[in-house]
Amino acid sequence: MRITQGTFSYLPDLTDSQIAAQIDYCLDQGWAVGIEYTDDPHPRNTFWDMYGNPMFDIRDATAILIEVNACRATFPQYYIRVTAFDSTHGTESVVLSFIVNRPDAEPGFRLIRTEEPGRTVRYSIESYAVQARPEGARY
Amino acid sequence: MDAATVPTTGIASPRSMFASSGVQALLDQLDDELIGLAPVKGRIRDIAALLLIDRLRAEQGLQSTPPSLHMCFTGNPGTGKTTVALRMAEVLKQLGYVRKGHMVAVTRDDLVGQFIGHTAPKTKEIIKKAMGGVLFIDEAYYLYRPENERDYGQEAIEILLQAMENHRDDLVVILAGYRDRMDTFFSSNPGMASRIAHHIDFPDYDQDELMHIAQLMLRNLNYRFDDTAEAAFERYLGLRRQQPHFANARSVRNALDRIRLRHATRLFATDTAPTRDALCTLYAEDVLASRVFASD
Repeated sequence: MRITQGTFSYLPDLTDSQIAAQIDYCLDQGWAVGIEYTDDPHPRNTFWDMYGNPMFDIRDATAILIEVNACRATFPQYYIRVTAFDSTHGTESVVLSFIVNRPDAEPGFRLIRTEEPGRTVRYSIESYAVQARPEGARY
Repeated sequence: MDAATVPTTGIASPRSMFASSGVQALLDQLDDELIGLAPVKGRIRDIAALLLIDRLRAEQGLQSTPPSLHMCFTGNPGTGKTTVALRMAEVLKQLGYVRKGHMVAVTRDDLVGQFIGHTAPKTKEIIKKAMGGVLFIDEAYYLYRPENERDYGQEAIEILLQAMENHRDDLVVILAGYRDRMDTFFSSNPGMASRIAHHIDFPDYDQDELMHIAQLMLRNLNYRFDDTAEAAFERYLGLRRQQPHFANARSVRNALDRIRLRHATRLFATDTAPTRDALCTLYAEDVLASRVFASD
C-alpha cells in the first residue's frame, strides 16, 4: 500500500527536477528546508529523524538535492521527506512537507481489533513492516 | 537537424540580442561605475558574448556546453577585486549562467576547521550556500600553508576542487589575492590552476583614474570639492602614491573619509548655521591639513 502524506502525495513520486522546483519555491518563501527519514510509516508517527541540520542560508535547490541524494544513499529503504520550516513569528512550524523516497515494497497495514468490556471493539492499525521488527530492520 | 540546412532568416542578430538581453545595459553601468580596469571589462564583455552566442547555438541545435567560468582575480589592494566579483555575479545572473546571482564572500576562516574532521563539513556548508551564485574566496593563498604539513587547508582545497568539477553548472568560484602570492599558490596546487580558466589581472589605477574615483565617491556621498580643493587633492594623490602602503581606491576612500572629518570639525567651529552649500563643499584647507603634506 503506497503511503501518501504531505504535498502532492496523490501524484506519482516526484522526479528530481520536480523536487528541485518544489524546493526552490520553499526557498523563495524564505523557509528553512530540512530532510527527515523514518522506517515507521504509521500516520501518527510525526516525529521523524532529521538527516543533518536544517538548512538555513541556502539559496539554491541544488545544494539541498545533494543532501537529499546523500540521504537516499544512506537510507535507500526508508521513507524520506523534505520539510520546509517557516520561522515567521506566530507561525514557527513546518508549513510544507513531501515524500522524496520510499521503500521498494510497502506491505501496508493490519487492522487490529481490541475487545473491550461490554463487547466494545477498538480499532487500530499497525504496519506489517513494523510488526515485531525493531527500528532499522523493517524494510 | 543538420546545422548546415538551418535557414538563417528570422534569427536575432547577436548585437540586437545583446541589447535586448539587458546585458548591454549592465555592461554600460559597469563602464560608468567602475573607473579604468580595461582588461577586466574586456574579459567580462568576452564572457558575456560567449554566453550569448552559446545560447544562439543551443537554439540552432548545435552543441553548447557551458564554459567553465571559475576565475582568479589578482591585483594590488584596492583595485576593485571584490566589487567586480559582486558585479560578476549580477552579470552571470543576467546571462542565465547562474540561477540566483548572489555572492558569498569567504576567507580561510570560513572554510578551514580547527580540528580533524571539522574542515570538510564547514567547506561543504559554504559551498552549499554559494550554490546558484558566486563563491568569492578572498586571499585564497592562505588556504595552502606549506610550512605546516598537517594544516587542514589542503583538505578544504580538495573539497573545493571536487565541487568546482562536479557542480560546474551550479557554482562559480572566484579566487582573489595578490599577484605573486597567487602565483606561488597555483604552482603548488596544479589541480587548482588547471581548473581555473580565467586569470584576470587588475592593474593599478593611474592618477587620473584615482581622481575620477574620488569624484565618483564624493558624488555618491553628496559632497563636492571646490576648485582649490580639487587641485589640492590631486597634489595629495601624487604624494600619497609615492608613500608605502598605498592601496589604490581604498586609500582614496580613506583619504576622503578623513577629509570629511576635517570638514565636519571646521563647520563645527563656526557659530552660524551652515548652509546647504557649506554642508556639501570641501575646501582646500580640509585636504591640505593631511599629514601627507607634512614633509613638503
